[in-house]
Amino acid sequence: MAQAAAGVNRFYFVLGAAALAGIAVLVYQVQKPKAVSIPVNVTVLAADTAGFRGYFLGSDSAKIEVTEYADYQCPVCQDFENIQFPAVRQQLIETGIVRWRYRDFPLDMHPNARVAAHAAACANDQGKFWAMHDALYQHQAEWSPMKNAAAAFSDYAKAAGLDVSPYDQCMRDAKYAGRIQASYDEGLKVGVSGTPNFLIAGRLYTTTLPSDSIRAIVLRSVPQPILPTPTR
Amino acid sequence: MTRSRMAMALLCLAGLFVAVYLYLYKIGKIGTMVCGTGGCETVQLSPQSRFLGVEVALIGVIGYAVMLVLAFLALQPRHAGRSRPSNLLFLLSGGALLFSAYLTGLELFVIHAICRWCVASAAIILAIFLLALYDRRPRAVRPT
Repeated sequence: MAQAAAGVNRFYFVLGAAALAGIAVLVYQVQKPKAVSIPVNVTVLAADTAGFRGYFLGSDSAKIEVTEYADYQCPVCQDFENIQFPAVRQQLIETGIVRWRYRDFPLDMHPNARVAAHAAACANDQGKFWAMHDALYQHQAEWSPMKNAAAAFSDYAKAAGLDVSPYDQCMRDAKYAGRIQASYDEGLKVGVSGTPNFLIAGRLYTTTLPSDSIRAIVLRSVPQPILPTPTR
Repeated sequence: MTRSRMAMALLCLAGLFVAVYLYLYKIGKIGTMVCGTGGCETVQLSPQSRFLGVEVALIGVIGYAVMLVLAFLALQPRHAGRSRPSNLLFLLSGGALLFSAYLTGLELFVIHAICRWCVASAAIILAIFLLALYDRRPRAVRPT
């Protein structure tokens, strides 16, 4: 009888120790710095894409829509955004000829691409998509090798004037994982094979394009009379 | 009998920690889950992670907590020869086992991703169920 009681007491000790160990692990998990990860291949729900076709720049009444499929961690996309896109923006978008549509196409080889796309999506909640988009490409070399790039993105969000608390919550919830997946799936459907790819007037260009080429393609596609000559 | 009840109590505690971990992730208290395949997040963020409007992980927390209390009660000397706690544990773990089978089916055929923590929970539930079944077996009455 006494032996049985001693056995039960020993068991209570083991149970108590296991409980303490478990609590310690959970406390550690809660207190460690939170890295954000955006799941891949999530089920896309109707709500993820309802009324959303991408991020737009330019006039609704523009004659041509150009869709860009891009990856924030892709160096060629960065070149395009930093070198070619300012001219496209000035000559084609701000003049009302082109409406630019940006779509996420995060490549599997880039571990931070999807998180970056998600950071821009969360910034869009506060009307700051393009500010975040520009910051991400501008600082690509900085965050690209990071293990926890989301921390850097949070800093960019702050610098872009976002309210960081809802932004961080959006990131933690992976709120737009489905939307990004839908964008990627759309790219695959139209034949996107890398980044950046462009869909101009129904034709897919599976390579990066200099601004002059985009202008020439748009020129050919837009009903005349057309473009003002760019000022030098 | 005591040993099987001890094992059930330990398993209930382990299951409770798994469920609490999943629930803490779900409510945003844990940034990234420790999960080799990455399927855990896909499963936890899917619409199927809620059942009748309640987080599945929270149902797990409540279920394991109730079973832990029952397993603990079953260890008390006054319940030593009684089968009532085991019967209750058997019924509860049986229900939980069916629910786990349903959730595993959702992972395999609807979500197309496997969460290792959910598999661990299903294995724990199966072990509790088998132990409760063993604990309920008829015993020879010892002559006094």
